Amino acid sequence: MSDADGADSNDDGSSGAFGAAIERGEDVPLLTGDGQYTDDISLPGTTHLAIRRSDHAHARLESVDTSAAEAMDGVVAVFTGEDVVESGVPNTIPTAWDLPGLVQPQYRMLATDKVRHEGTAVAAVVAETPHAAHDALERISVEYEPLEHVTDPVEAVERDVPPVHDEAEDNVAFDFELGDSDATDEAFADADRVTSVDLRQPRIIPNAMEPRAALADWEETTEKLRLWMTSQNPHLHRMLLSAGTLGLPENRIQVIAPEVGGGFGSKIYHYPDEAVTAWCSMQLGRPVKWQATRSESYLTDCHGRDHVTTGEIALDDDGTIRGVRVETHAGLGAQLSQFGTATPSYLYATILSGQYAIPAIHCRVVGAFTNTTPVDAYRGAGRAEGIYVIERLVDVGARELEMDPAELRRRNLIQPDEFPFETAAALVYDSGEYERAMDVALEHVDYDELRERQDELREEGRYLGIGVANFVESAGLSPSGLAGDLGAQAGGWESSIVRFDSTGSVTILAGTADQGQGHRTTYAQIAAEELGLSVDDIDVVEGDTDRIPQGMGTYGSRSASVGGGSIARGAREVREKARRIAAHQLETPVDDLEFEDGEFHVTGAPDRSLHIQTIAHEAYLGHDLPEGMDPGLEETNFYDPENFTYPFGTHVAVVEVEPETGEIEIERYVAVDDCGEIINPMIVEGQVHGGIAQGIGAALYEGAAYDDEGHLETRRMDEYAVPHSTQLPEFETDSTVTPSPHNPIGVKGVGESATIAATPTMVSAVVDALEPFDVDHLDMPITPESVWRATEGDR
Amino acid sequence: MYTNDFDYYRADSVDDALALLGDHDGAELVAGAHGLLPRMKTGEESPPALVDISQLSGLAAIEETDGSSGDSGGDGVSIGALATHTDIANSEIVRQRATALADAAAELGDPQVRNGGTIGGNLAHGDARSDPPAALLALDGSLVARSAGGERTIDATDLFEGPFETAVSSDEIVTGIRIPTADDAVSGYYKRRNPLSGYAMVGVGVWLRTDGETVQEARVAVTGATTTPTRLPGVEDELEGAAVTEEAITAAAAQAGTTLPDEAFVSDVQASAEYRAHLLTVDTERVLGEVLDVDYSSH
Amino acid sequence: MSEHDISVTVNGEQHELSVEPRTLLVTALRDELGYTGANVGCETGRCGACTVRVNGEAIKSCTRLAVQADGSEIETVEGLGENGDLSALQERFQEHHGLQCGYCTPGMLVTAETFLRENDDPSREEIREAIEGNLCRCTGYQNIVDAIEATADQLGEHR
Repeated sequence: MSDADGADSNDDGSSGAFGAAIERGEDVPLLTGDGQYTDDISLPGTTHLAIRRSDHAHARLESVDTSAAEAMDGVVAVFTGEDVVESGVPNTIPTAWDLPGLVQPQYRMLATDKVRHEGTAVAAVVAETPHAAHDALERISVEYEPLEHVTDPVEAVERDVPPVHDEAEDNVAFDFELGDSDATDEAFADADRVTSVDLRQPRIIPNAMEPRAALADWEETTEKLRLWMTSQNPHLHRMLLSAGTLGLPENRIQVIAPEVGGGFGSKIYHYPDEAVTAWCSMQLGRPVKWQATRSESYLTDCHGRDHVTTGEIALDDDGTIRGVRVETHAGLGAQLSQFGTATPSYLYATILSGQYAIPAIHCRVVGAFTNTTPVDAYRGAGRAEGIYVIERLVDVGARELEMDPAELRRRNLIQPDEFPFETAAALVYDSGEYERAMDVALEHVDYDELRERQDELREEGRYLGIGVANFVESAGLSPSGLAGDLGAQAGGWESSIVRFDSTGSVTILAGTADQGQGHRTTYAQIAAEELGLSVDDIDVVEGDTDRIPQGMGTYGSRSASVGGGSIARGAREVREKARRIAAHQLETPVDDLEFEDGEFHVTGAPDRSLHIQTIAHEAYLGHDLPEGMDPGLEETNFYDPENFTYPFGTHVAVVEVEPETGEIEIERYVAVDDCGEIINPMIVEGQVHGGIAQGIGAALYEGAAYDDEGHLETRRMDEYAVPHSTQLPEFETDSTVTPSPHNPIGVKGVGESATIAATPTMVSAVVDALEPFDVDHLDMPITPESVWRATEGDR
Repeated sequence: MYTNDFDYYRADSVDDALALLGDHDGAELVAGAHGLLPRMKTGEESPPALVDISQLSGLAAIEETDGSSGDSGGDGVSIGALATHTDIANSEIVRQRATALADAAAELGDPQVRNGGTIGGNLAHGDARSDPPAALLALDGSLVARSAGGERTIDATDLFEGPFETAVSSDEIVTGIRIPTADDAVSGYYKRRNPLSGYAMVGVGVWLRTDGETVQEARVAVTGATTTPTRLPGVEDELEGAAVTEEAITAAAAQAGTTLPDEAFVSDVQASAEYRAHLLTVDTERVLGEVLDVDYSSH
Repeated sequence: MSEHDISVTVNGEQHELSVEPRTLLVTALRDELGYTGANVGCETGRCGACTVRVNGEAIKSCTRLAVQADGSEIETVEGLGENGDLSALQERFQEHHGLQCGYCTPGMLVTAETFLRENDDPSREEIREAIEGNLCRCTGYQNIVDAIEATADQLGEHR
């Protein structure tokens, strides 16, 4: 057992797979068009579901008349919220994270009393073809009594409006505090300077390229539901379908996530639509398919962010940060999505120390119901918002002190010998060499020279901006006990099976679920390293609750650290069992065996050896095993890490803005990331690239807006800017490696890092360019117009 | 994603298409479908029938016409309505003789959209965010439209009546575009892309005749920034007779944002009317500088 | 309403089928003919995941009616490889990690392949412009540009 833990146990048997830029085997079907996404799968007799949605932001549901729709050719059935209630299923979309004093209103699959945001599911049509379902939608007659609506989280709690839910008269779902309020007040009273910033972090629409989809097949004879769906966490979906919406025992539900076309958080959650798909199939005894259109995605996929914040920072004249105080109104949308409460509370407030040793931090978050699409975790969730706040505060602090912003950052960094470091925001950081990564990033751009060039260009009336942002994030939420203490209704562990097949190949069953991250390759590399095999010997299976016993899924940068950690531990257990079989058959003590390139050999006698694949065969023959040993060579592993991991790094952007038009030109973008040990540098770089793209998107282009009617104004792909190829610069990436001391393979995770870093980096760069115009902050998305307006008075 | 149902008729000649239009109330023409189909999918339009003219032959040609042939009223370029934006962007004739339209076609949408969309449909559709309208206005082009009653010419200045409203009537088929050309004229189109949609946030087309020293005749038109594509007479008046200098260009461009009423400008999530009006001035200056080859590097 | 009989050639194979007027080309390819490589990512002709080649030109197959494609030669991602092997472009996408979730990839490949036929020595900027009509949310495009550039270099060596 002792060998299965600790960061550095792959001391022997190294295959060189770990750390290599191995091409992804999973690419081939995706490149040929053979990859099967949910909508690519068809079953005989499949019917098609379309969902009638509210076009009101807030209204009482007076009546839903389905008769005309039901009478149409090709329509199989039309269901309303009352039909779901009458069926007797639990019909509850649950929250998965409790907070003290949390108001948890009812959240049904189809609305029965009120619609609370545009896009609320009101009725369901099942028809023989998608066209017939579409046509019938318009024939459903819905009568509403409109109510006054509110879309802004501050207005929701401060203005006198009809509450979104009667249970929360003031629209407050929770009022959350973290940190030491008194100590923070003292620090502020005592510090030389105090400065502040008011900022908004607009709603982001995730925009996974594949819209959500589900195909449900209820088999009456076996009373079993098979559900293909766009899922980041099939086992979690199975649990929520069982306990929350449908009431079927978990062992009567099979959730399959085939190829999944991106997620970024949006495919974590249990939404009404997939539950309705499954429920319709159960009612009709026929396969039912639902494929969201892009506009449905915009209206129903959980949005991210939506924070309105006042941040304050207390500093001494020498640049010492004395304290940080933050007050945020977080829009939760009309309903509580599973992690909608955790994201703006614990995942946000706990990261406000950033990379800095800040003695006093206090944060208050008011979670507000609004008549908008529910908000939940989007890539970087909570940590992105928190790092944005602290990095903006450091920038305004630097302005206040007239100090170089990089220098102010440097002076407050947590030093390598201070780890594990307990912050004033209740986290214990694992390890970090923050200054090293910062130095690498600044050297890349030749920071000092760049500042000189900036001065020179300003003389010419040209405005260069240099943005520097440091980030750290809490990845792989764990251990389960801690998560439970904070309110999580799920564990933080991950599970896998590492199985030698009897002829020597290896099958890994992993509880995470890939949406493009390259798990099949990465996990194979981890196991290959531990077992002394080639990655080609290893197959990885994910995304099927009937094949994979348990799992928590893929989100929060957890797969490599928690999922990969589980696989490494399982592989080590397998290896140790193989070692005992080898010792038995080679008639030598276990301790006399060395493991190299998949082979156990007796120390000093290389000829006396057995290959682990041969041992696998022996293990399944079972003819000649050590006394009392069970046959077979596989291990099931549940890995519950002892702490989060803390990836970190420094990003730098160089921009030039043209005050006359407000246009922003990104000249350079440098990312230095430390995600601990790197399993596959090519994949890590890919994650960084994509993360930067989304971070820049949020800073400059994206942001959902609601109009005065409470309608989503950015409701189509030509009204919401998913950055395209000419809107993004070439990225320059580098890395440092600071292993996580308590992860079995030393990894920290990388999925969200660059998104977290890129947003404050870009904002910092644009605001830096505008320093001559006395601009201290601009809210996102920083459009050319907002730059133009900020500089207008000075021309 | 799904349109309402409709009947579909494929025309095999212009006459056939006209007959089909006449026979089916509310029928719309479709060729590249890039204007209509996306709006049908979002439910903004729902015609009961479509008459497909995409297979008509002989309507995609791009040719130089000369005044002596008598049928075109002067030297010019003739472009079949079914020419795609790619065809136009790649046409040496258009590049040389009607540069603004070649620029606009090359800047429109993205490669696939340029391959799929046709010029006739684009102009008849009247999307004020699209690029060709400003070029057509600046080039003083016209559409040739046929109906059962015969053929007529619709001048660009009469074409654009409002958002998605043009002078092309529902019983007419645009068969081609005519653009007059002059040997001493230069033209160009500058596009400031809306980062959300890829349409023009501001698009300015210009056409100028100069003797190298002074501007003798000028036409300037805008798309994207305004609810309806339109000429900018204030700029044109300022330019005509002006010297080809940076100062004169700046003075003329300054008229761009001010000669139109505030309500002429589009305001949306991405950019306000005020900002668009400002950009119109900046971009008019830019495109004039480019077309007249006036050095703005110091600007 | 009435259905229309059409005939299309997809990747060299001829198909006869009956479609409703409103059936989009992408829907016919996917649901009627089983070419599920092309994907649907939006409804406004923006994302480009549905890009296929019709008579040699890359178009977005969600912005064309199936009935309009009658008589056309269509090429989809399924037709890019040769004899079961990946094409040079597909190989470079794998080598340069030009895809993550893969949803945009079929359209991206068709666009890029068509582009390289017309421009065999493109600059990176030209490549970025060529794929402007294909949105990718995973990669940030850089590795896609690398892959297309590497393919062009490779084709250049064989010229």
